[in-house]
Amino acid sequence: MDMPLIEARDIHMHFGHVIALAGISFTLEEGQVHCLLGDNGAGKSTLIKILSGVFRPSKGEYLVAGRDADFGSPRDALDAGIATVFQDLGLVPLMSITRNFFMGREPVRWLGPFHVMKFAYADRVAREEMRRIGIDLRDPEQAVGTLSGGERQCLAIARAVFFGARVLILDEPTSALGVAQTSMVLRYIHQVRGKGLGVIFITHNVRHAMAVGDAFTVLNRGRVAGRFRRGEASIEDLQGLMAGGKELAELAEELGGTV
Amino acid sequence: MDESRITEAAPPPRLDERLSRINWAQRLMMRPDSGAGVGVVLLLVFFAFAAAGSGMFAADGIMNWLHVSAELGVVSVPAALLMIAGEFDLSIGSMIGFSGMMAAIPAVYWGWPVWVAILFAFALSVALGWLDGYLVIRTRLPSFIVSLAFLFILRGLSLALSVMLTNQTIISGVNRAAKGDWLAPVFGGQIAQPVFVFLAHAHLIGTYRDGSPLVSGIPMVMIWWVIIAAVAHFVLSSTRFGNYIFAAGGDANAARSLGVPVARVKVILFAATAFCSALLGIAQVMEFGSAAADRGLDMEFEAIIAAVIGGSLLTGGYGSAIGACFGALIFGIAQQGIYFANWNNNWFRVFLGALLLIAVLFNTLIRRRVTGER
Repeated sequence: MDMPLIEARDIHMHFGHVIALAGISFTLEEGQVHCLLGDNGAGKSTLIKILSGVFRPSKGEYLVAGRDADFGSPRDALDAGIATVFQDLGLVPLMSITRNFFMGREPVRWLGPFHVMKFAYADRVAREEMRRIGIDLRDPEQAVGTLSGGERQCLAIARAVFFGARVLILDEPTSALGVAQTSMVLRYIHQVRGKGLGVIFITHNVRHAMAVGDAFTVLNRGRVAGRFRRGEASIEDLQGLMAGGKELAELAEELGGTV
Repeated sequence: MDESRITEAAPPPRLDERLSRINWAQRLMMRPDSGAGVGVVLLLVFFAFAAAGSGMFAADGIMNWLHVSAELGVVSVPAALLMIAGEFDLSIGSMIGFSGMMAAIPAVYWGWPVWVAILFAFALSVALGWLDGYLVIRTRLPSFIVSLAFLFILRGLSLALSVMLTNQTIISGVNRAAKGDWLAPVFGGQIAQPVFVFLAHAHLIGTYRDGSPLVSGIPMVMIWWVIIAAVAHFVLSSTRFGNYIFAAGGDANAARSLGVPVARVKVILFAATAFCSALLGIAQVMEFGSAAADRGLDMEFEAIIAAVIGGSLLTGGYGSAIGACFGALIFGIAQQGIYFANWNNNWFRVFLGALLLIAVLFNTLIRRRVTGER
């Protein structure tokens, strides 16, 4: 079997007296969508902040492509091919799609003392990359603010993929989206997997996870509450684990349906 | 792997039927500076009637209001760039007075060659502008407060230093000192004089009794305005640094997370604003032959007003250098037009305030259209 893209072994994270993670192990393989599920406060955010280089773990091993990863900043993680799309997406609504796409990584040529942006090339790339997702831009010069939530999410992902990410960490990409927008993003995640990238998909929506996930890790109170491959668990199983057991089942009975 | 749950390829791109394609007119409307451009035209048409026969549109009349616009334009353009990057500089006006003093005192009282005095004034001003920006970045205080402090410090320094060193607040005699200097005419001189002599001979422009033209040449401050505006427009619209400026003002955190050197961009813009303020201060000293400690009073507000009228958002992330030029033009046309039309010039302030209000409302509207907010 191939070396996993990411392997975390027995990760602990303490913030003073608070134990955010108490021994988490996690692997991500090429072409895999690994869903990280958990309720608020389960430790999802802490874990992805460790994987994306924001924090160093208090204890435990973190290997990227088999080698020990010692990231001092998100920039280090990015250089190792691990791109994180946080919920704020890193987009500026007032700027054009092209300007956003290449923000911080502008294609330039020298003209005297100036770094002139190659706008013709940049516009073409932005339009082409968005078209691949199924979004036809009227105009790559239009402001990102005019895009829908799903389109913005896809733009942020497309940007990470274009700049050579091997691993994508998506922080609740579907949490604020409607049905059509969600399916657009899920379809794109599926497409990205097809290119051999590994995707870590953080969500608390089990249905969204089941739609694209190959593997599922459920976190609860800083520990792994369950680990499944596709087909090994039902929506109800996962939902029960996330909530830490019985409460939801009881509630469902009370309300006379599933929650 | 079960491939049936999601279709493999994305569907062929299709246009959302709710979106109509935008035409060039709509695109023009989306530009930050189009409103001010229309404003310039409307104002010119208005004064063509209101000030008809006053000489406002004769060669010397045009020079008169263009000169006012050029002086403001030299500082409103960098003020706009700084505003787009999300910061203010309220020390522009004080810097004009200060830099003029710092050029005049060494030249007149210490006997320095004028070109050395000019370079000294530039260096000092840029260093102070850099310090202003550095303090804003390091303290994370609003630039409004930090540069307000500089407004008072620099104005106070101009007055105090000139009194301490020369016992007066107006330094005259710079023109005598600057005679034969190679650098002074670059800021205070005129170009294209032969063209105006020719036009006067051809009776195309007015002349004095002795036959010399009413307008003797194009003052250098106008040339500098054009150069500064052209460079600023080019940087903003076509370079990587321009992208950094928009990103820094649009969302500094997002920009930083993607590797945009936000702090460096802002400090450079503060220094550039100080440079342009000094340029205006020095140009005035070399043109008039004297320096005064109270030069540039209120210019910081006028520069910010011109930038806002030109379509720059007070909150950053959006705006244009050309717009700031239109703002300066509107300012010059209105101020001098009211004089030519022979009205009480107090009306100018009323007009300017009202225009500022309209511009801010209009900008907010445009921003909503651009970002699709409702």
